[in-house]
Amino acid sequence: MKGRVLVVDDDIALAEMLGIVLRGEGFEPSFVYDGDKAMEVFRDFRPDLVLLDLMLPGMDGIDVCRQIRAESGVPIVMLTAKSDTVDVVLGLESGADDYIVKPFQSKVLIARVRARLRRTDDPAPETLTIGDVTIDVAGHSVQRAGEPLNLTPLEFDLLVALARKPRQVFTREVLLEQVWGYRHAADTRLVNVHVQRLRAKIEKDPERPEIVVTVRGVGYKAGPG
Amino acid sequence: MQGADGVVARLEGRLRGLPGSATQVAGRLPALPYRVRSRSGGGGDHGAPPPSVEEQRTGWRYRLRRLSDRWRRSLQLRVVTATLVLSAVVVGVLGYVLMQHLVTELYDDKLQSSVNIVDAGLATASGEAQFSKPPDPSTAAAMDALANQLRSTGGTPYALEVTLPPADQGPPVYSGGYAVGFWGQAPALPQVLVRRVQQQNPANHSPQRYWPSLPVASSSTPVPGLLIGASFGYNYGYQLYYFFPLAAEQHSIASMQRTLLLVGLAVVFLLVAIAWLVTRWVVIPVRLAPQGARRLSTGALNERMEVRGTDELAALATSFNEMAASLQEKLAELQDLSQVQRQFVSDVSHELRTPLTTIRIASDVLFGAKAELDPAAARAAELLQSQLERFESLLTDLLEISRYDANAATLDAEPVDIATIVRQSADVAQQLAERRGAKIEFRLPAEPCIAEVDRRRVERILRNLLLNAVEHGEDKDTVVTVASDSAAAAVSVRDFGVGLAPGEDQLVFDRFWRADPARARTSGGTGLGLSIALEDARLHGGWLEAWGEPGKGSVFRLTLPRTVGVELHGSPLPLNPYTAGLDAAAPRGLAHLSTVAVLAQPAVAVGPAAGGDRTSAAAEGQPGEAAAVASASPDGAAAAADGVSADSNDDSQPGPGTTGSEVATRG
Repeated sequence: MKGRVLVVDDDIALAEMLGIVLRGEGFEPSFVYDGDKAMEVFRDFRPDLVLLDLMLPGMDGIDVCRQIRAESGVPIVMLTAKSDTVDVVLGLESGADDYIVKPFQSKVLIARVRARLRRTDDPAPETLTIGDVTIDVAGHSVQRAGEPLNLTPLEFDLLVALARKPRQVFTREVLLEQVWGYRHAADTRLVNVHVQRLRAKIEKDPERPEIVVTVRGVGYKAGPG
Repeated sequence: MQGADGVVARLEGRLRGLPGSATQVAGRLPALPYRVRSRSGGGGDHGAPPPSVEEQRTGWRYRLRRLSDRWRRSLQLRVVTATLVLSAVVVGVLGYVLMQHLVTELYDDKLQSSVNIVDAGLATASGEAQFSKPPDPSTAAAMDALANQLRSTGGTPYALEVTLPPADQGPPVYSGGYAVGFWGQAPALPQVLVRRVQQQNPANHSPQRYWPSLPVASSSTPVPGLLIGASFGYNYGYQLYYFFPLAAEQHSIASMQRTLLLVGLAVVFLLVAIAWLVTRWVVIPVRLAPQGARRLSTGALNERMEVRGTDELAALATSFNEMAASLQEKLAELQDLSQVQRQFVSDVSHELRTPLTTIRIASDVLFGAKAELDPAAARAAELLQSQLERFESLLTDLLEISRYDANAATLDAEPVDIATIVRQSADVAQQLAERRGAKIEFRLPAEPCIAEVDRRRVERILRNLLLNAVEHGEDKDTVVTVASDSAAAAVSVRDFGVGLAPGEDQLVFDRFWRADPARARTSGGTGLGLSIALEDARLHGGWLEAWGEPGKGSVFRLTLPRTVGVELHGSPLPLNPYTAGLDAAAPRGLAHLSTVAVLAQPAVAVGPAAGGDRTSAAAEGQPGEAAAVASASPDGAAAAADGVSADSNDDSQPGPGTTGSEVATRG
């Protein structure tokens, strides 16, 4: 398993501890202690996953997240000390795929990291269509009316999960399990934020979604009606 | 109109009591003609056809209610009404005094001039030789001549009369010719006066006065007047009567009354108008103050009143504005404090959590490697691991509580199915229950129970309630019921464990409160769980209530409004299971047990003073069920019946304030 993990955290002790755990699990960690240097190291190291602390000296974790997202779809897992909705949603909206609230257990961290790195090798060529959006699953690409759309792997997984069973309603919990790989009930804000981000990219009018539709009180489904 | 009547009545009374008036001769001013007219005029008001009784009543009530409403609400109305009443009283009193004074003056003048005329007439009459001897045939001519003579000197002699002594020999002789100026025949003299004049001969022959109403001049209606009689001449056998009509005086009094009445009404009206205007000046700015205050209280902190001049109203406006400004300042201060607190909590959170994470992971590493450590170190790693967990949850709860204390908690509501949340929140509790050999029974409605709630918080509440129920359930089953109505969704968690002592249903929500201090060390909770749950419920505008009885278990009921911001008025689930029938919440295995408990109760509790105890209330709530159970359990039948008959109180479901233990203490 490829496992280059960039740890962006100003707390040296925690970074070192994370390094111990990650190495113990066979990952290859690298460390940045300063937000300003994060992008530089990111480009050099080309990690498969970024563990990003939100509170950083220099550039803020949110900004680092946006910059990484601007040039790469690499999975980003936020480490946050704040579990308030505002902070979590802000982090997710800036492009993080997942977040872990401090303090966390090492096995939770490893589970999340593995979940994000897990790539279902699905060579079977498969093309899905919802409305005017076409998804090439094997080729990992999405087009709307011929225009290619740039989705992160997570957004792609979310869209594929929904599109494989059009008109079936997925609860947030089911989506969390299928897309994020969570066994137990977790924070459904993850789903809400990522659905919004997905809509912003694939819907003509994100205010009136036609491809990813909300089913009030239940969850989401793909396709109109 | 009534005023005129009243004035006349008072006038009459006053005249009756006038010094030197008709006191000597009993008499009173007769009914005045215009008084009768005024009455008939007043009667014209009732000319309109009377409305139907029903119409009249509802109209009346409605108008009365509206009036009393306005009376209570409007300072202006009260001031204007008070001005109306007071000024009417003052003007009335002033008018009365003035009138009284004028009447007295008029009367005195008239009396004086009349007496002078009578005296002069008497002197003239006494000088005539004809009257110094007994009457003879020439007397009539002399009387005529005297009458003519006297008339030319002023006054109208009513009659010259000759009475032959003794007086009882016949009626006095009248001379029609003397009644000059009367309409038609001169009316008979009042016998009262005649007798007095006769009787006073010869001892006292001062003129006697009388006030009759007589038809005079060209008027057929009687005119009030002053009748003065005196005897003179031979053996005082001749009598001279003068009649002075008071028509002119009466007319002037009437016209004065009218004028006074009009002036009085005008004054009252003007005073009322002035009062209305003045109170308007005062009331309008005063009315603006509560308006401003209301707007202020709805959050428009920049609301200020207009300050004009330096009077009291300006002072009101100024102090209102000062209050608003200081309120704004204090609020800003509080907001700052809250901001500081929030920032502090956030900082502490971050500062504490980061090293704690390192410790936690280090502990994980040590714990994972404990096989390689010596036994003491391995045990230490275990303890470190478990206590770290406790420390973590305590820290999490503390931070959550401080977030509530800083008012930093926000509601992140979305429509969710409560039943689904209940299922999801139960996993940890279910594992614990399974370890203890108990189970959690779900009674969920078939329909989804959608409510706008903060999923994370509701999950936290339910996890807490369920864990609590399992922990204190003494390895008995736990029943979770979900129900909803149009406004609210409710979840009740029922356990059959130790229950709560009276008063504890409130204490359970206190921070760090533990039912039994001796048990404190073994139970795993932080002691903040229910406090946070209560805050979570309150943040939703919902209720979290507890009911419990020692040995009977407890119920925790969470009620949440289905729409954010809607006030709760009731819960779709009962809090006290006993008031809602024979413990419908008891799981199948325990149903019998709780039924027996209920039925056994009345034997003890049904006393004369046991009104409203919970068992009879239970029997009342579902009489059908009570009967059914009673037939299944013969021992309890009588007791259950007792319960029904002994208590006819309509003890309905307890409201949010009435708690189970309160009921229990009463029972």
